[in-house]
Amino acid sequence: MRPFEYVEPETLDEALELLASDPEDTLVMAGGTSLVILMKQDLVRPSRVVGLRRLAQLRVIHAGGDGLRLGALATHEAIARSGAVREHAPALAATFAAVATVRIREQATIGGSLAHADPAQDPPVTLLALDASAIAMSKGRARTIPLEALFVDVFETSLEPGELLMRVEVPPLPAGARATYKKFLPTTLDDYATVSVAAVVATASDGTCTHARIALGGAGPVPFRAHDAERALVGRRVDPVAIREAAGLAAAAADPIDDLRGSAEYKRAMAAVWTERALREVA
Amino acid sequence: MSEHRIRFTVNGAPVDVTVPAERLLVDLLRDDLRLTGTKDGCSVGVCGLCTVQVDGAPLSACLLLATQVEGTTVRTVEGLRSPLQEAFIAEGGFQCGICTSGQLMAADALLSANPDATAAEAADHMMGNLCRCTGYYGIARAIARARPAG
Repeated sequence: MRPFEYVEPETLDEALELLASDPEDTLVMAGGTSLVILMKQDLVRPSRVVGLRRLAQLRVIHAGGDGLRLGALATHEAIARSGAVREHAPALAATFAAVATVRIREQATIGGSLAHADPAQDPPVTLLALDASAIAMSKGRARTIPLEALFVDVFETSLEPGELLMRVEVPPLPAGARATYKKFLPTTLDDYATVSVAAVVATASDGTCTHARIALGGAGPVPFRAHDAERALVGRRVDPVAIREAAGLAAAAADPIDDLRGSAEYKRAMAAVWTERALREVA
Repeated sequence: MSEHRIRFTVNGAPVDVTVPAERLLVDLLRDDLRLTGTKDGCSVGVCGLCTVQVDGAPLSACLLLATQVEGTTVRTVEGLRSPLQEAFIAEGGFQCGICTSGQLMAADALLSANPDATAAEAADHMMGNLCRCTGYYGIARAIARARPAG
């Protein structure tokens, strides 16, 4: 690993000051699972790394009437085990529990995961379907980034130099809505998904769909919402015909690549299969 | 480019060392502290060979900068005193042995946190601690044997 300067700020102000002073050559380290590998493999060459581990306030997981607030330094394991998350968003707890192995989950954080923006990750998919937002802060400025606007391209986000991802906010689900996350793992359970799908559906008393969210991972350069598929459900009964149609539209929105986890054609076919399975579960 | 004085404990003994920022925990343990029971395998957090406990949590020492364990309690296989060790021998939980210290530290982290872990919970927890001699059945039997609940 190339030498670098390592700094551990004691306060948030100090961290933002450090990021502002040299935004281009400074990288933030949360848990470090991705950054350490990228540095070992010489894929990133920061002159300075700002380690956040002393900022305990960023570890907090909070549930209230306005939904969940997940501090950027909350680990995957902490979120998966959190009573508040399990109660308010069980599909989200299950999503974090499905990530890699316990060793990774104990070290990797939600903020680091989102900022890393690997399109095959699990949490962004369910967070998209739950209408989550990221709160970012730079010196003197805070802004809310809807998760759809966070992911720009493979390993690329809309976070600006000098900005720090502070927390993720997840609003409460509409009344009666059900949510699920499906991760297709044809090889090993600790792998990234070949494709994954999160779905949220709410229906009125007459069975008509009032709210639909469908998000996919591993199926394009960024995790994305399948808006056409969502629109195809709202206002209709979520019956097998509607589900089949929505699944087809979700697959049509996919733009996967050939890799070790399958050909693009296979992944597109699996996007339809797993969207259908997810929708059947929440219909 | 920067040097850091870090203090923590390994297996109950205080450590006070100065390391460059890029020093990895696995190298600090093996090369500086001569605790070579922790093995370095894939070096990318996948194989589980370098599993150590940091404040009780099983972590990959190959993915941690040494600076990240400042102020923590680290346990390596050299500090392990567990019924798991006899159970691995009794159940044949290894062949070549390269993965064994990682398997032990991962299994001990589970049983310390959840003594009543079911076989399914143990299998989920141990996923990613790879054994290329295919000793998984023996490892699973060893963990079941070592459980306080039996």
